[in-house]
Amino acid sequence: MSDFSNQKPETGAFFQRDRAWHAPALTPGYKTSVLRSPQKALLSLDGTISEITGPVFGHSILGELDNDLIHNFAKPGESAIGERIIVHGRVLDERGQPVRGALLEFWQANAGGRYRHKKETYLAPLDPNFGGCGRAITGEDGSYRFRTVKPGPYPWPNGVNDWRPAHIHFSIFGHGFAQRLITQMYFEGDPMIWKCPIVTTIPDRNAIEQLIAPLDWANTIPMDARAYKFDIVLRGRRSTLFENRMEGN
Amino acid sequence: MVQDLGYLKESPSQTAGPYVHIGCTPNFAGITGVYDTDLGTVMVNDRTLGERITVRGRVIDGAGAPLKDALVEIWQADAAGLYNSPSELRGTADPNFTGWGRCPTSADDGIFTFETIKPGRAPYKDGRRMAPHITFWIVARGINIGLHTRMYFADEAEANAEDPLLARIEHRHRVATLVAPREGSVYTFDIHLQGDKETVFLDI
Repeated sequence: MSDFSNQKPETGAFFQRDRAWHAPALTPGYKTSVLRSPQKALLSLDGTISEITGPVFGHSILGELDNDLIHNFAKPGESAIGERIIVHGRVLDERGQPVRGALLEFWQANAGGRYRHKKETYLAPLDPNFGGCGRAITGEDGSYRFRTVKPGPYPWPNGVNDWRPAHIHFSIFGHGFAQRLITQMYFEGDPMIWKCPIVTTIPDRNAIEQLIAPLDWANTIPMDARAYKFDIVLRGRRSTLFENRMEGN
Repeated sequence: MVQDLGYLKESPSQTAGPYVHIGCTPNFAGITGVYDTDLGTVMVNDRTLGERITVRGRVIDGAGAPLKDALVEIWQADAAGLYNSPSELRGTADPNFTGWGRCPTSADDGIFTFETIKPGRAPYKDGRRMAPHITFWIVARGINIGLHTRMYFADEAEANAEDPLLARIEHRHRVATLVAPREGSVYTFDIHLQGDKETVFLDI
């Protein structure tokens, strides 16, 4: 845990979540949601100090290879098999302001579409040099980057012939627990995005496109790795200037 | 025409999926040697102030089965009611308490367990005191957007009776879905995703 003592932390409540922008809980095309979706209305409340605050992680938790999935599970001198890519971008809030010090955790299948997990049954082989997890903490400008191999698409048991498009999972901590978010990044130009029952739980095409990372030719490293740019937006927060102070403030 | 507010839209949530453990608790998933430990497994140490408690429970689906692939995170105040966060301006929280825990539900029986302390009371926006509570966030395969809820303590009946959030629950019998019974030092908090006992989830 660390703080950023050179700037006064913000304490405003977060903007109300636009629930119509997100997937609803019940999305029968994604079968597992049927028994796992709350059916009663959520209790809506302006954020309290319990949601305005949240854990913050210092760079001290990071190891040298945490943002290098090509090497962080590989034997010395070896590397993961697959298309070498760099994924980078910024974490912003809805006001467009960078979210600094945000912990990002990512996980993905290997280049053949196989996860290193005991519940995984796809016949594609494991890569002995690929674990599939990484993490980073954003800088002052909200930026992050990591190196990995492009994950493969894979089939999954939902419909008879459902496949996930290539994707990387992201877990993001902002500055308040209300900003906590898990989402997935897709790759520009993949025709499978629009066939996926998990992607299409999101009702708005513009919202889906917010999760598709463009190829970033300018940041591609010649003879080495292509780059994809993926910006993430967390909930914004109100200014507290004219709000009543809590007792003790 | 008027000026454009210029606000961005929040990135839409997507399910954590069946392999959330690879990214969030890789050691639990058997991926060792990448991180020393899984984050959020230890919340307290020998010097943490406050009453030691265990919080245990399950996340139960609409067919009555516990989820064996969920990830549960909690966030709470320290024994004095202060949060270990830069946005906590009322004082300095106990440096020996993180306030944040993360636990995958067991692949065998679906149980999650947190070794923590009982939190103190924190203020609601209008100055009234909230009852001691723990904020929960649940993600899993089949859950499209993380579920927020709160656990309150059954042995805090007086504080619970004046809690501003519990007071907002229209159907009073549903208040019980947020109140964990105590046995010794163990509080049991079962979270029901659907049905008659569906937990009150929050849009907060």
